[in-house]
Amino acid sequence: MNDLSHVSGLLAQAISSAPATAAALTEAAEHADSLLKLGINLAYLVSAALFIFGLKMMSHPRSARRGNLLSAVGMLIAIVVTLGDKEIVSWWTIGAGLITGSVIGAVLALRVQMTAMPQMVGMLNGFGGLGSATVAFAEFLRVYFDPLRDPRLDTLITIGLSALIGMVTFTGSVTAYGKLEGWKIKGRSISNPLLVPRHHLLSIVLLLVCVGLGVLMTRDYQAGLWAIIALYLIAAVLGVMAVIPIGGADMPVVISLLNSYSGLAAMTTGFALDNYCLIISGSLVGASGIILTKIMCNAMNRSLLNVVAGGFGQELSSAGATSAEGKTVRQMDAEEAVMVLEAAQKVFIIPGYGMAVAQAQHAVAEMAAQLGKKGVEVRYGVHPVAGRMPGHMNVLLAEANVPYEQLADLELNSEMDQCDVALVIGANDVVNPAARHDRGSPIFGMPIFDVDKAKTVMVFKRSLNPGFAGIENELFYLPNTVMVFGDAKKMVSSIVSELKGH
Amino acid sequence: MIELFTNNFVIFVLAMFIGFEVIAKVPPILHTPLMSGSNAISGITIVGAVVIAGLHKGAWSEVLGFLAVTFAMINVVGGYKVTDRMLAMFKKK
Repeated sequence: MNDLSHVSGLLAQAISSAPATAAALTEAAEHADSLLKLGINLAYLVSAALFIFGLKMMSHPRSARRGNLLSAVGMLIAIVVTLGDKEIVSWWTIGAGLITGSVIGAVLALRVQMTAMPQMVGMLNGFGGLGSATVAFAEFLRVYFDPLRDPRLDTLITIGLSALIGMVTFTGSVTAYGKLEGWKIKGRSISNPLLVPRHHLLSIVLLLVCVGLGVLMTRDYQAGLWAIIALYLIAAVLGVMAVIPIGGADMPVVISLLNSYSGLAAMTTGFALDNYCLIISGSLVGASGIILTKIMCNAMNRSLLNVVAGGFGQELSSAGATSAEGKTVRQMDAEEAVMVLEAAQKVFIIPGYGMAVAQAQHAVAEMAAQLGKKGVEVRYGVHPVAGRMPGHMNVLLAEANVPYEQLADLELNSEMDQCDVALVIGANDVVNPAARHDRGSPIFGMPIFDVDKAKTVMVFKRSLNPGFAGIENELFYLPNTVMVFGDAKKMVSSIVSELKGH
Repeated sequence: MIELFTNNFVIFVLAMFIGFEVIAKVPPILHTPLMSGSNAISGITIVGAVVIAGLHKGAWSEVLGFLAVTFAMINVVGGYKVTDRMLAMFKKK
């Protein structure tokens, strides 16, 4: 690439010194220039193809790691080729940015705990969105300071969209990060849904103001400098407003949606720059986020609108306790639990967010391994929305060395009647039979694990308090259910030592 | 102008179709790595950032370019590395 740009530079010099052959040489320079452009675009195509292959290889755990590597190679090609572009003259700025970003990214990725993965993914989404928004702003300034002063309408529109989506992604991700980390404002945790008065009306008004500012910017882009600055600020507020009313249990939807936005921000930036590598890659990510969002909503039997409207998932511990009056539960300690487990042939483990909170995944995996040694068949049932992001539980179990053949999803229901013991660890709503029959229940219609159909249901729980959705669970009072109260990690660990002792 | 926009739009629609086709086949157990891996791809905005940073149009392009390259690079390096860490954990029996 550099050779070509060198050649075209020499040709351009020659043009000024030899007017006789100027016409011919101009043509040659243009020719070299278009060859360079062709080369860059073909390399971008290779990058895009590698992204697609990489994502395709994600469809199996065997090939997924190589797929991710392939995708990274595609990214490297795209970066190197862009550096070869002849327009680029400011190497120091680029080098400093590349090194700073790489160091921060690598440190974040190497230090993060697996249990903190939802926050990490949320944060990285945010940086992608912020990056796109920053590029869009720079592109606006380039157009603004351009002596020709004749910007294309579609460029201005897509700059506005990129600014809006990018900033919403950024501040939305920061808000989601705060919710997952349990940040507090004036002593109140922001993990719970927070709504200001007339929240949704205010959000819609802010969105309309953004659209209005965008229109203003395209109509008169010279006066539009202030309009676009205001657009950035209001979009930032909008991102916070969009995520803050959503409760902790709905986080898988939020993270998927922000994932989609970060892709769409890159895509609109691609429109503004006429760079089809950005358009293709951004669209792939946008599609991925949309699919995950849809899967998460289906897994809760709720519409996207219902989820993003928020307010769902308030903790109502006191209300739950009163309705439980007059019902009895069967209790067991670790020793009795071991006897039941040892007599079983088939055990299904249903983990939930509580397992992540208690950091019990290693103990659970060890219990399963001990049971496996005694000839018990153990499998895990992971609900699509268990945890705080799609696939959260699977990552934790993989960290604890659970082989991926043992990880199943709702398909496990077809074998539930042959299951001797269904172990529910830190899960609640995803095993609540009310989802099947109680039309009045907020989770009615949500696909669940039918653990009540197993011969014995063993629930590991701290107390009888309802889960994050604040819904009473009749499962705990069924005749075939036994409760093992206490900290999940402690209880499972004592079961492990009992199993080892026998 | 309209030709360029049309080209961009056609590419966008076709890429969305490919995305839906490819990603719908990813099993639930890999949803988290899929998300962080695709998130790393959204760092492709690095390409735009590098172009902006290299324009040399004045102080604003230097500052914004540096920031954009840094943000996008955090996304790229962090995204790929963390995905690799997770995928390395998924093992057979």
